[in-house]
Amino acid sequence: MEIFLQQIVNGLVVGSVYALVALGYTMVYGILGLINFAHGDLVMVGALTALQTMMFLMGVAPGMSPIAMLTLSLLVAVPVCMLLAFTMERLAYRPLRNAPRLAPLITAIGVSFLLQTLAMIIWGRNYHTFPQLISTTPIQPIEGVFITPIQITIIIVSALMMAALVLLVTKTKLGRAMRATAENHRVAALMGVDTNMIIALTFVIGAALAAVAGVMFASNYGIAHYGMGFMPGLKAFTAAVLGGIGNLGGAMLGGVVLGLVESFGAGYIEHLTFGFLNSSYQDIFAFIILGLVLIFRPTGLLGERVSDRA
Amino acid sequence: MKQTVVALAIMGIGLSVAQAQEMVVKLGSVAPLTGTISHLGKDNENGARLAVEDANAKGVTIGGKKVKFELMGEDDQADPRTGTTVAQRLVDAGVKGVVGHLNSGTTIPASRIYNQAGVPMISPSATNPTLTRQGYKAVFRTIANDVQQGGVLGKFIVGPLAARTVAIIDDRTAYGQGLADETEKAVKAGGGKIVAREFTNDKATDFNAILTKIRGAKPDVIFFGGMDAQGGPMLRQLKQLGVEAKFVTGDGGCSPEMIKLAGEALGANAYCSMAGLPIEKMPGGTEFRNRYKARFNQDVQIYSPYAYDAATSMINAMQAANSVEPAKYLPELKKSNFSGVTGTVAFDELGDIKDGAITMYQFKAGTWAPM
Amino acid sequence: MNELALAVPWLGKRNPQAARWLVIAIAIGAPLVAMMFGRTWVRVLDFALLYILLALGLNLVVGFAGLLDLGYIAFYAVGAYTAAFLASPHFDLHMPIWIVLPLAAFFAAMAGITLGFPVLRLRGDYLAIVTLGFGEIVRIFMNNLNYPINITNGPQGINSLDPIMLFGWDLSRNLQVTEELAVNSLFLYYYFFLACVVGSIIFIQRLQISRVGRAWAAMRDDELAAKAIGINTRNMKLLAFSLGATFGGVSGVLFGTFQGFVSPESFSLMESIAVLTMVVFGGMGNIAGAIVGAIILSALPEILRHLAVPVQQAVFGHVLLDPEVLRMLLLSLAMILMMLLRPAGLIPANAKYSHIRHLKAKGVTE
Repeated sequence: MEIFLQQIVNGLVVGSVYALVALGYTMVYGILGLINFAHGDLVMVGALTALQTMMFLMGVAPGMSPIAMLTLSLLVAVPVCMLLAFTMERLAYRPLRNAPRLAPLITAIGVSFLLQTLAMIIWGRNYHTFPQLISTTPIQPIEGVFITPIQITIIIVSALMMAALVLLVTKTKLGRAMRATAENHRVAALMGVDTNMIIALTFVIGAALAAVAGVMFASNYGIAHYGMGFMPGLKAFTAAVLGGIGNLGGAMLGGVVLGLVESFGAGYIEHLTFGFLNSSYQDIFAFIILGLVLIFRPTGLLGERVSDRA
Repeated sequence: MKQTVVALAIMGIGLSVAQAQEMVVKLGSVAPLTGTISHLGKDNENGARLAVEDANAKGVTIGGKKVKFELMGEDDQADPRTGTTVAQRLVDAGVKGVVGHLNSGTTIPASRIYNQAGVPMISPSATNPTLTRQGYKAVFRTIANDVQQGGVLGKFIVGPLAARTVAIIDDRTAYGQGLADETEKAVKAGGGKIVAREFTNDKATDFNAILTKIRGAKPDVIFFGGMDAQGGPMLRQLKQLGVEAKFVTGDGGCSPEMIKLAGEALGANAYCSMAGLPIEKMPGGTEFRNRYKARFNQDVQIYSPYAYDAATSMINAMQAANSVEPAKYLPELKKSNFSGVTGTVAFDELGDIKDGAITMYQFKAGTWAPM
Repeated sequence: MNELALAVPWLGKRNPQAARWLVIAIAIGAPLVAMMFGRTWVRVLDFALLYILLALGLNLVVGFAGLLDLGYIAFYAVGAYTAAFLASPHFDLHMPIWIVLPLAAFFAAMAGITLGFPVLRLRGDYLAIVTLGFGEIVRIFMNNLNYPINITNGPQGINSLDPIMLFGWDLSRNLQVTEELAVNSLFLYYYFFLACVVGSIIFIQRLQISRVGRAWAAMRDDELAAKAIGINTRNMKLLAFSLGATFGGVSGVLFGTFQGFVSPESFSLMESIAVLTMVVFGGMGNIAGAIVGAIILSALPEILRHLAVPVQQAVFGHVLLDPEVLRMLLLSLAMILMMLLRPAGLIPANAKYSHIRHLKAKGVTE
């Protein structure tokens, strides 16, 4: 039983990070129909920028409290990622808005490579230790189920950020403009919405979430590296599609479901298949579930029927 | 533009002057310099580079001519196809020997090209037994293969650690899987019981799911076949999950990087193995570390000492044969017997390092201490 | 060949005949020129031909039928592993290439249909992510099917695949013409691969102006309209997947036997993306585009590898960036800039094959 509960905890922690990153994918997709492959690398840039800031702070003010240090580094990492996303959109994606559908996809892959290479030049090839400023000493809310304060923080922060985003999109004027733009650029523009600005803002908000996700991811595992964004990015993208791409609630649900599927898959597949399959197949559960969901529900878990953009 | 032309002209003159005085001998180094294990790749290249620079500084004379060694460092991206292209490129460039590649998966297809061209190849890190069993005469390695290392690890787990139940994890790379399988065999042969066999991959950072499962199986020892970049976070997660089993890993995790990445999670119940004698006991061991750090401004990762020995053994063999031609110095290379940074370098008839002494290390006082 | 000839700058439009001969001359003479710079370049050309085959196949799926496939490399893997199973010491089977090649093509086509069936209802980007997943699933299975029974030998890969034997003639050995003159094995592979590529081009050209090709074009441009005029879009999609997969399978066999070693590392997601990039870079829906894209993007990294150090030394006087870093930097910039400047690819496809004049010229009189 405690193993079962522990796997739920494991899944929730991973799932929250996936969900946070998936939101960025889904927002950009909803509004532009673009798979922003470089989004995962913003996670990496966020983590490494925060690391750089912490290193600097530790040098200047060694006695600073961990929470202050974490907040300050977030205050640097988030704007850096936002600025980066803004530049990315302005230089690489905006000129392609009316191009053939695959052109921006290739550009996005190019941007992803570029970010990784630049990060490799700046931060080197080695893995970096990421200071774990929030305690990683586990507590046991239930006998045999371990959870660390940082993991609790991740779940709470993710939930809060997602809630804030949903409020932003559903309740504010900006959110209404975003939804209008997603529905139809031209009509939104006719209604007086500055669609260019709205699209840029969408990228920027997604980047802020990615930066936070990056810092949490790195603090949880205590590690940062120039290539760290790719896999979570891919998983988050899967999560976004699983939930119904373009749908905020879907991205969150997709992320959490994916996290749970991975953790239960790895934990129980061997028994379920009588030892034929094992945890080496951990990475394909996501894709198998995705395939199954899409076969029976081609628009994802929460997706609405959308007209084909192709 | 003008400046460029002048610069080119000066370089040209510089080169021709240099050539008149000495013979330039190229050696190759191949490893992934981009991608997830590029830090290890660069480490390999640095090791070989240091050996070449040492030889140049010392001044080597072969066949009556002063020799200047040059290292061509290439990136195989840990991709077998790129590996063969790069191998061909080195052969074309007329290298007299190659230190590399890093992964077994790229080394095996590339070894065929070196063999056809008759260029000796010494891998400092590819541990798949197949490599030296292809019948190629000019293929060597300075590191113990999976069978040698896995055997020692297995005996260590059931012997000194007296483990009855063992959980084994590998990272599904040729290295991790090969080592884990050989260790598993040795554990079973020694009467140990495998209570869990789990898997991850070389890009993963989250191991909580499999570690939770292992916790349920309550092993005495957890063995991990894989690299430090996974091993470090894995140790942290073991601690976070409250697992108290002993942790054993191979040379891929026996690095300063591992100590850095695992942080406080590393304790006296962590062990690792490494081929050769402990670096501190080698005549030039500690000095090698310091010089490496001074030259490249970073710590030795894992395999650079082996790369250093690989390059040195080629240079030594060339001196012994008094020729830089592969056909001439190959017999001398086979007869290599000197004490290098990693221990005595001598090859058996297959090209594997001879009686590859393997040392077990325990984590003590902030470092890997030989047992 | 025509399209390729027309794509030759300047000459193509003025004198298509001359341009065609030029293309043929380049195709035949390329390895001889490359040899002057070293064998590496012949090897690079050999791989470029394999990538052309892959790009042509993927172009069928993405460019002609409009189905975005991000897991195309899976079929390449199926082909390579079929060769490894049937012609290597692994199972101790040593079948000739004439059996391996059709079997691999068949298995790949089956894999294509296996992928095609479940995704029939999916569109656009949903399709992209499911195919991406399919590619990963195949790779992960190849990586893990050494347990409980050893089928693929897992991450260790399968070594010593039999070389290609054509009528008792071993392509992996240099051909001894006279005592002194030997033709290097890399050349033999080049011309064998070239024959495969030329055959494929002819086949695809025929296909493009056939009923099937036109049905694909209709489906790609407007699926609903295509259905309305009586095109069986389900069959057409399956056909696109299986035919595209066949090309992947064939090039997989060629890759495996040429390399002599297969392991799952060769079939990563990055390879799928690389091939897709070639197609889009060159110009989707266009044979010449796929070819040019494949040549440029498979040769560019090697050229950058070669030039990185000397160019930096000439410009800055010392090496500022490691060659591999510079290579990645330039490659990514090339991808971004190319798409910004020519979003439809180097050689944009034009729909000329649907013009009645063109159809008549080709002898299609429906």
